[in-house]
Amino acid sequence: MASASYSLLPEITDHKRYFFEKLGLSERLLERCLGEALSAGGEFADLYFEAVTSTSLGMDEGIVKTASQGISVGCGIRVLSGERTGFAYTDDLSSDRLLKAARTAALIASGPQIERVQGFTETRTPQLYPVAGVSSDVEIAAKLKLIERADKAARDFDPRIVQVRASINDELRRILIAASDGTFASDTQPLARLNIFVIAKDEQNNMARGTSGGGGRVALDFFTGDKSPEHFAREAARTAILQLGAVAAPAGEMEVVLGPGWPGVLLHEAVGHGLEADFNRKKTSAFAGLIGQQVASSKVTVVDNGTMPGRRGSLNVDDEGNPTQETVLIENGILRGYLSDKLSSRLMKMPNTGSGRRESYQAIPMPRMTNTYMLNGEDQPEDILKSVKRGLYAVNFGGGSVDITNGKFVFTASEAYLIEDGKVTAPVKGATLIGNGPEALKYVSMVGNDLALDEGIGTCGKAGQSVPVGVGMPTVKLDRMTVGGTGR
Amino acid sequence: MATETDSKTEWQSLAADIVARALQAGATDAEAVGFESEEFSVNIRLGQVEQLTESGSRALGLRVFFPSQGGQRTASTSTSDLSREGLEQLVRGAVELAKVTGIDPFAGLPEREAFGSQNVDELALYFDDVHDIPAAERIDIARRCEAAAMGFDTRIQNSRGADFDASNARQVMVNSRGFAGEYRRSYCGFSAAPIAQDASGAMQGGSWYSSARSAKLLDSPEEIGIIAAKRALRRLGARRVPTQKCSVVFAPETARGLMGNLLNAADGDAIYRNASMFAGKLGEQVAGENITMVDDGTMVFDHALADGSTLRVGGFGTSPFDGDGLPTRRTVVIERGVLKELMLNTYTARKLGMQTTHKASRGLAGAPGIGGGNYFLEPGTATPEQIIGDVPSGLYVLQTMGTGVNLVTGDYSLGVSGLWIENGELAYPVEEITIAGNLKDMFRSVSAIGNDLEFRGSGAVPTVRVEGMTVAGS
Repeated sequence: MASASYSLLPEITDHKRYFFEKLGLSERLLERCLGEALSAGGEFADLYFEAVTSTSLGMDEGIVKTASQGISVGCGIRVLSGERTGFAYTDDLSSDRLLKAARTAALIASGPQIERVQGFTETRTPQLYPVAGVSSDVEIAAKLKLIERADKAARDFDPRIVQVRASINDELRRILIAASDGTFASDTQPLARLNIFVIAKDEQNNMARGTSGGGGRVALDFFTGDKSPEHFAREAARTAILQLGAVAAPAGEMEVVLGPGWPGVLLHEAVGHGLEADFNRKKTSAFAGLIGQQVASSKVTVVDNGTMPGRRGSLNVDDEGNPTQETVLIENGILRGYLSDKLSSRLMKMPNTGSGRRESYQAIPMPRMTNTYMLNGEDQPEDILKSVKRGLYAVNFGGGSVDITNGKFVFTASEAYLIEDGKVTAPVKGATLIGNGPEALKYVSMVGNDLALDEGIGTCGKAGQSVPVGVGMPTVKLDRMTVGGTGR
Repeated sequence: MATETDSKTEWQSLAADIVARALQAGATDAEAVGFESEEFSVNIRLGQVEQLTESGSRALGLRVFFPSQGGQRTASTSTSDLSREGLEQLVRGAVELAKVTGIDPFAGLPEREAFGSQNVDELALYFDDVHDIPAAERIDIARRCEAAAMGFDTRIQNSRGADFDASNARQVMVNSRGFAGEYRRSYCGFSAAPIAQDASGAMQGGSWYSSARSAKLLDSPEEIGIIAAKRALRRLGARRVPTQKCSVVFAPETARGLMGNLLNAADGDAIYRNASMFAGKLGEQVAGENITMVDDGTMVFDHALADGSTLRVGGFGTSPFDGDGLPTRRTVVIERGVLKELMLNTYTARKLGMQTTHKASRGLAGAPGIGGGNYFLEPGTATPEQIIGDVPSGLYVLQTMGTGVNLVTGDYSLGVSGLWIENGELAYPVEEITIAGNLKDMFRSVSAIGNDLEFRGSGAVPTVRVEGMTVAGS
């Protein structure tokens, strides 16, 4: 197909070959599209080609009931002119349709062409994750085995487990980015996730649910080690059985200890979103203008790190073709920086942190988190618990959300216990915790030395776009936070 | 209209072709769906165009069935690659994948005689006038809406923007049991999200919107902008309140989510899995006698226009057939507090040994799930002012945050903001508090239902007041 133009680019990698050979793109066509995109006076244009293959297998009531596979291919074309973005996409990659989309996006500007397309320079990318092939028969058989094992382990855990659903979803996302500033990058991003959902029912007909799961940008062998199907299945079953005996969560302001790992969703909601550069450029974030100021206790250091091997939120390059990095957001309680993409770094005259992400070729990139976590402190987790007279120990959470403008955030505990006189006592029902982003972390009085990242289940939504993310935290004590239960 | 007919034939024949190919490949039954849409969206901020998107997309989905001893094996595929190779992969992938699935005694398409569709033209879901609004006017509507919000009060100096969206979508479904259905829907809407700031520097956002199937039914951009401004302004100076038990009044926009849980708990999928507090409760009292909740996929509304004429327009949740290819219908799910019907599709009905209530929802990928059409809580007679007026001290909820609703146990805990009620009057804004209770109790503790039922989307619930909830705060 386009092998002639393919040879123009040295050091071609497999990602590129996929687009050039299989989908018939050529360097010449990319340049023509970018030229067309800049034809009405835009200052910058980029093309984002994406081909995603996803597979989902689900076992339900002991039967493999669902098997589905999806293929999505398309290109999004963006043109920037000042603060304005013109955007068009197409799922037809013929040169006619690509050029038409480029002309549509170009119309955000109106004037003569002022910018030329620069020669492409390829972004050098690390290899943070294995490059797997598209699901083969062998892989499907292996995946079926995993969900069968999960199903069995959950049922074997306790006779009160009456319903089990186990599923495995994975996708392979190939991207190629070419921009008028010479950016040229490509990547192949695997993503896998095993999910277990169980229902427990006791003799008194009390019911409870339990969920668990994990994965990352990993190959299937990830699930052969510690993170086995049995590990996740037992975790889901354990949570459900525990909830059968849960008492009402307390209501009101109290001391709260958050366990390590997924409770780091606190950081994602309380500070992460508020530090995305677009909100701060527009001064619509409660954190706007607070760089250099104290926004957390001095024990708190928070980073966003897209370079962790195999992690769900990691990326070799962001969706604008920039390498990802480790960005310090809060250092010893002082707000240090924002997460930025090309548009915000240009307009705000600040460094680009490689945080431009998008849900798909049908969406415009914006600054997003990758893996967001708090660094270790010096406290022993058991000392932290011992220090609490009466409070809540929350070790697992469902989702959370935040109102960027007033800073109020919530996150909902799915596994929590009362702490009475320094001892962890009764499990409590799920409850929503609420706080104020720029204030909440000022009440962090102890930080454990047991940093853990989540199991690889996070999906973050912003402006209707979902992207996979990671969170993490050591055990942390907050001297006050409002717990939304019904008890005393 | 001629072009519509041509293109309709093209889409339906493509879907029919996919079904035929699946049968050739050995499937005994197959079902293909096609989605096609055109989208326009513009975002304005501080009077300037910030983002403008114009695009279209198409995709196909396929489900195949293979009978086996005691049941069927089934699998599904979807693709946006409509090239010859892409379509071959769509069929081949589904057939291959079905081989690895287990035998499910309840899987399979509905019986031949069950298929059908409401009259597509009578449902009035598509209006050309949405497509015909020029881009400049679309931009202008968003700009006027934001300008009205920004000009309303000097405490509004910033904005998260305003937008205008327009789309039209075509959906087709063809299966091997003789069903072929197709319909188009149009949509347009705009909104503004101004930010108010008080002397202390604290910011509060507010937003409001108008949406419609026909351009004729859009509200005035200025009116919507001013409502958005008022919604931001009334949150300024919000404080916390002490933890207590009190009456909680839900404004329609939050009552919708609360009462929508009645339908979520009646979801056949959750019922057969024992994953709902309503499992085994069919025919029993699950809410107060004042609660009647209806799901209706057939609603068409008569709108009075300024020129005195009437425009008939289908609801946002209206469609001619459900995700199984069965005609949509009206279902009284909760009648005077009794769980009368469940939200069932063909599969969940078979699992429960019942008849489907035609609530299947079908996306591009996978088997049909459960999804209703339009829904509403039957209104009461009290005005919202009367409902608030009877509360000596309580909470008026304008916004909820979070995911703390557990339909298995009924446990309910959400972050909220709103206004505090003192002596029957809205006294001051409150925030950073939670409300909690158990839905099983809450549905029996609805002490008032308003007369203010208004469909602004597919679901509508009037103002409701719930007694005995816990507010957690300072």
